[in-house]
Amino acid sequence: MHTGLADFQSLKPLLAGGTLSCTRLVETYLQQIDKGAHLNAFVTLFSEHLLEKAAAIDRKRSQGKAGRLAGMVLGIKDNLAWTEGTTTCGSRFLSGYVSPYAATVLQRLAAADALFIGKTNMDEFAMGSSSEHSAFGPVHHPLDLDRVPGGSSGGSAAAVAAGLCTAALGSDTGGSIRQPASFCGIAGLRPTWGRVSRYGLVAFASSLDQIGPLAHSVADCAEVLQVIAGQDPADATCAAVPVPDYMAALQRDLKGLRIGLPSEYFQGGLEAAVRDAVEECGRILSAAGAELMPVSLPHTEYAIAAYYIIADAEASANLARFDGARFGHRSAGATTLEEMYFRSRSEGFGEEVKRRIMLGTFVLSSGYYEAYYGKAQRVRTLLQRDFAEAFSKCDLLLTPVCPTTAFRLGEKAADPLSMYLSDVYTVSVNMAGLPALALACGRDAAGLPIGAQLIGPAFSEPLLLAAGHYLESRMVAASGGESRS
Amino acid sequence: MSARFEPVIGLEVHIQLQTRSKIFCGCSTRFGAEANSQVCPVCMGLPGALPVLNRKVLESACRLALATGCRVNRVSLFARKNYFYPDLPKGYQISQFDQPFAEAGEMPINLPDGRERAIRIRRIHLEDDAGKSIHAETFVRAGETLLDLNRCGVPLIELVTEPDFHAPAEAADFLQKMRQLVRYLEISSGNMEEGSLRCDANISLRPAGSTGLGVKTELKNMNSFRHVERALAFEIERQNRLLAEGGRIEPQTLLWDPLRGAVEPMRSKEEAHDYRYFPEPDLMPVRLSAAWIEEQQRLLPELPAARKSRYERVYGLPAYDAAVLTSDLAVADYFERLASRVEDKKAASNWVMGEVLRAARVRNCPVNELAVIPEHLAELLQALGQGRIPPQTARRIFEECLENGLPPAAAIAREEQAQVTDGEALRALVREILDAHPEETAAWLNGKDKLISFFAGIIMQSLQGRADPRRVMALLNEERAARRTIEK
Repeated sequence: MHTGLADFQSLKPLLAGGTLSCTRLVETYLQQIDKGAHLNAFVTLFSEHLLEKAAAIDRKRSQGKAGRLAGMVLGIKDNLAWTEGTTTCGSRFLSGYVSPYAATVLQRLAAADALFIGKTNMDEFAMGSSSEHSAFGPVHHPLDLDRVPGGSSGGSAAAVAAGLCTAALGSDTGGSIRQPASFCGIAGLRPTWGRVSRYGLVAFASSLDQIGPLAHSVADCAEVLQVIAGQDPADATCAAVPVPDYMAALQRDLKGLRIGLPSEYFQGGLEAAVRDAVEECGRILSAAGAELMPVSLPHTEYAIAAYYIIADAEASANLARFDGARFGHRSAGATTLEEMYFRSRSEGFGEEVKRRIMLGTFVLSSGYYEAYYGKAQRVRTLLQRDFAEAFSKCDLLLTPVCPTTAFRLGEKAADPLSMYLSDVYTVSVNMAGLPALALACGRDAAGLPIGAQLIGPAFSEPLLLAAGHYLESRMVAASGGESRS
Repeated sequence: MSARFEPVIGLEVHIQLQTRSKIFCGCSTRFGAEANSQVCPVCMGLPGALPVLNRKVLESACRLALATGCRVNRVSLFARKNYFYPDLPKGYQISQFDQPFAEAGEMPINLPDGRERAIRIRRIHLEDDAGKSIHAETFVRAGETLLDLNRCGVPLIELVTEPDFHAPAEAADFLQKMRQLVRYLEISSGNMEEGSLRCDANISLRPAGSTGLGVKTELKNMNSFRHVERALAFEIERQNRLLAEGGRIEPQTLLWDPLRGAVEPMRSKEEAHDYRYFPEPDLMPVRLSAAWIEEQQRLLPELPAARKSRYERVYGLPAYDAAVLTSDLAVADYFERLASRVEDKKAASNWVMGEVLRAARVRNCPVNELAVIPEHLAELLQALGQGRIPPQTARRIFEECLENGLPPAAAIAREEQAQVTDGEALRALVREILDAHPEETAAWLNGKDKLISFFAGIIMQSLQGRADPRRVMALLNEERAARRTIEK
């Protein structure tokens, strides 16, 4: 599935030199999307005025007025509110729903002259790790159509990996950017909670959700983050922390960097090929002058359970607004208020979403709150302390993203618990509000991509990106200078 | 009512704040706008929208908390209160649960015997209002409900008292004092009929003299002070009868029906709420610095009780006058502006309590919206005090100015000119009236002194008030002395 299309960093000089136009690029992507239709990566395409917009950007460039992302053609996860087309969150409930306002991140990207080519498919309301739970059908892995691309930002990951767009936006509540990036062999960044405005991201679990890029390279992730990061008056949880120059930070020297390897992340169900590839990343960093050290995150074993309690509790409230009263699906034929709620939600939501709402409602209900939600919040505090303790000894953590490479379609769909357990290395980051970067670090025997994860303290994106960028460059060199896909 | 049981009542008071914009978005809070014209993605609960706290709301809440002696928490938390209702667009209300804005205050009420008693305030917290479901209007088709979301996100303060009331009148007095207070603090109109001040009550009965608490019912839908009193009295009587018959009180929510003058239980489905409170992840904890709270304390206006005692002390007014004048902030301000410009403070008080309040009542407007501003009334009272115009004329000029909105100077000058000031003409009139009433005149000359008012009244009437009554009295006395001399 090699497209020959490169990352934005390698497109930039071509665009600047006039050998490539934004129009030509968009035409190419549209052809690729046509060829890749069977992946089911997009739920909506903005093909109608796209070429006009591309031409307008080309004109701006000829006048020297092009924005920093001119020529970047993005796929947008369909849980980000955009005024063009629908915003469905992969749900039948929102089929046909058009947002009257645009998400802050999309406003910022558009202002920087990025183009949006379409909305990408996803697990319904971002609840899933395989992109099978979409009302619009599953997304297929670009390298093996019988496999999942990961989830919930599976449409975004597949679209980037298959060369259907330059990069894409996803959202990460428990690994939904990092795990599909890892499965599809691309880079994906989950920024610190509060680094990027969530205004316009249809909430799954507000205290865990974060928007981030999926891209061909770590540098492209930095490029997108540069534009979307920073305070927003529309998001009270968006931090007043200055936005550093992420692109400049990529060149940072790694000498003396202390890299922690958490023992809990290299045990049990971890596939040998994944372990080997991640450990190789450690050796590369070590060769660059970084210091490797074992660390411990002792409460890791409780993370999955606590995560699913908190995420589902918040989801049960966040999804209450989908009641059929004002927008979205309203069941025909309901005669009472209760019936309208019951039928609209029963018909509009898929099985996994219903399961999460039920679980979330239960763990918050009177008599069970302390035993579930209360206890999960305490685990959350312990997980945060684990990280704080680890980061008192080291600068970054190196771990796998997922215990396995991409699994088969249907393999886990019938067994929610085994699906939940595949998030074991990603959810703790969300519980602690930390940034983490997933990047491709090799292939298993079947040729499926393996992902490594770098985790840093809050707002350590410059360091994460620098380390990731270095690793990536070494691996490109090792594979003979070719593209990774 | 049987004396065997004592009622125990606690109140939950909702105060709608009069900030310009809503609590979590920039939409206007103006009352009475076209339905759904003051809404945005945030207050409509559209997918992806997020709340941002309006800092003005914190100032309002802090003023009320400090004025009621509450401890303002340096850190307070928002929480989601989950329930489904069509006029609640998010499917949850953003409220406060653990760690409310303020706790542990008190406010005194007046008992019927004139003593005061403090009602303890358990907590004060912030929340957003819901919209309005409209069923019972002519333009709504049968079986349909329309939604007006303009009120969604209007800021509310909820104030919860301890169960410290033992009579309906005490609860009503508390609410009246609360209305007075929020108006003084300029944080709410406190209008119960418009829903700016709302009240639910918890009521239980216990054997007189015991300290335990009985099974309580919750009373809702009381839209005026009078309804609060009537509803509580009804419910106390109902529980009393039930207990006297050996029955049991069911813990339930009751709605007051003002037309029937009775309560009815809410449908059990509607009250079977498990609100599943949990911390609101979209808002950071509210953190207040000690300096900020101190600043709010410093900015606190003079409160009703302090103002009342100052009116007694500084203006030498009777307690009754001071209470009436300070009952409402606008009235108190009106009086103060007037009193600073006139000599006779009691006369100013009489005028405000009489003519001014009557004019406001007739026009159904606050006193500060009357066409006669205090400075103009002061001119009028000065002319009156100096005897340039008689009281009847002053009242007429006041009415005239209320209508035409002009300052009274011209009318005073006009009336002064129209006065019968010619001493000889007045003396002739005095003689004419005395001669026309020979019997009364004889009695008066023989010592029935009070008859002087009778003659003065007739004279003033025949002059349509256009004379200085003191002058008329003086002339009458001169004439009496003269006639007595002649008779001797």
